[in-house]
Amino acid sequence: MHELSIAHSLAELAIEEAGSLGMRRVRALYVKLGMLAGVVKEALHFSFDVVIQGTPLEGAELIIEDVPVVVYCSRCQEERTLPEPLPMRCPVCGTRTAEVLHGREMELYALEGEEGDTDDAPDRRDQAERSQEERPFG
Amino acid sequence: MMPRIVEIRQNVLKKNDLLARELRERFREAGVFVVNLVSSPGTGKTTLLREMLLRLGERYRVAALVGDLATENDAQRLRESGAQVRQITTGTVCHLEAEMIGRALEGWNLEELDFLFIENVGNLVCPASYDLGENQRAVLFSVTEGEDKPLKYPTIVNSADVAIVTKIDLAEPVGFQRDRFYEALHEARPGLPVFEVSVRTGEGMSAWLAHVEAGRQALRERVAWT
Ligand SMILES: Nc1nc2c(ncn2[C@@H]2O[C@H](COP(=O)(O)OP(=O)(O)OP(=O)(O)O)[C@@H](O)[C@H]2O)c(=O)[nH]1
Ligand SMILES: [Mg+2]
Ligand SMILES: [Zn+2]
Repeated sequence: MHELSIAHSLAELAIEEAGSLGMRRVRALYVKLGMLAGVVKEALHFSFDVVIQGTPLEGAELIIEDVPVVVYCSRCQEERTLPEPLPMRCPVCGTRTAEVLHGREMELYALEGEEGDTDDAPDRRDQAERSQEERPFG
Repeated sequence: MMPRIVEIRQNVLKKNDLLARELRERFREAGVFVVNLVSSPGTGKTTLLREMLLRLGERYRVAALVGDLATENDAQRLRESGAQVRQITTGTVCHLEAEMIGRALEGWNLEELDFLFIENVGNLVCPASYDLGENQRAVLFSVTEGEDKPLKYPTIVNSADVAIVTKIDLAEPVGFQRDRFYEALHEARPGLPVFEVSVRTGEGMSAWLAHVEAGRQALRERVAWT
């Protein structure tokens, strides 16, 4: 069960990030979990609750958002969201595709908590990343 | 003070990924080609690896790292090939991580190696999430495991660069349905190259070894070019 290892990494990352944000009490962790990440959500929840005991995260809630598998179909020349992680076929035309655009991620997306007074750097970074993201696909 | 939500957007396994990237860079600089073998317990990783070390060892400098929960047995079996072998005993951890690879390599001069093979812990789930800095991830299935196994483990199949079907000498006795297996594999990962091998009879070994050698050659050409 590697969810325990993953919960450790998640807690470590969240503590680090909360520290550099000057966030005082973390209330919730928002995690994006791809359907192809190979992680069992319930096991991660369970492991997380165990791992955070006695850490600055104690009492924090883990909020997991499932990310469906999105592939690129070369026939349709479109991004397609798969209803299930399998089969790896375009749901519209049935063409097989190995080009996975989303669905493998395991990402700490956001932290919710009470912020310290100063640090506004994270907001600037957010903007920079967001504008990068808005570039059209391809 | 009002609670706020702040975007973080960091990969949960960032640490492992960074270490894996460093390893990959070290391997590239040293010119060593690295293959990570992943499968269920008992699929035949050690048996295949021993044969690979023996055969490739005639012409190349080869070494292996072996992950196992508890014993040193697999490392002992591999050392019979004459190659340098180190065991990584993971205890309760069901997969290898980049950090374990880094530690296991301490004191080894990678410049003196052409190939490094890593036998992962026998497990088709957990190793999928951990990049070890390898050049190729090979997922192994034996003919005795059932044809639809790839569908049960889509994550590992999807993250693999090549698939190997082991114990092909047993295909007939166990009634292995080749078409069904390929169908299942390619539903999980279209286009994944497959090699069928038997260490018992030697069937398919030279094609698989040629693939590994070609991988190393391609890597070296890329390095020379950059
Ligand atoms: N018939 C046949 N048996 C094989 C072949 N390769 C491996 N085996 C047998 O399969 C069994 C398991 O092989 P191992 O190489 O130990 O498997 P493994 O994947 O390393 O197992 P773990 O390290 O425990 O995960 C042994 O009894 C091998 O003799 C083969 O090509 N043909
Ligand atoms: Mg073994
Ligand atoms: Zn399509």
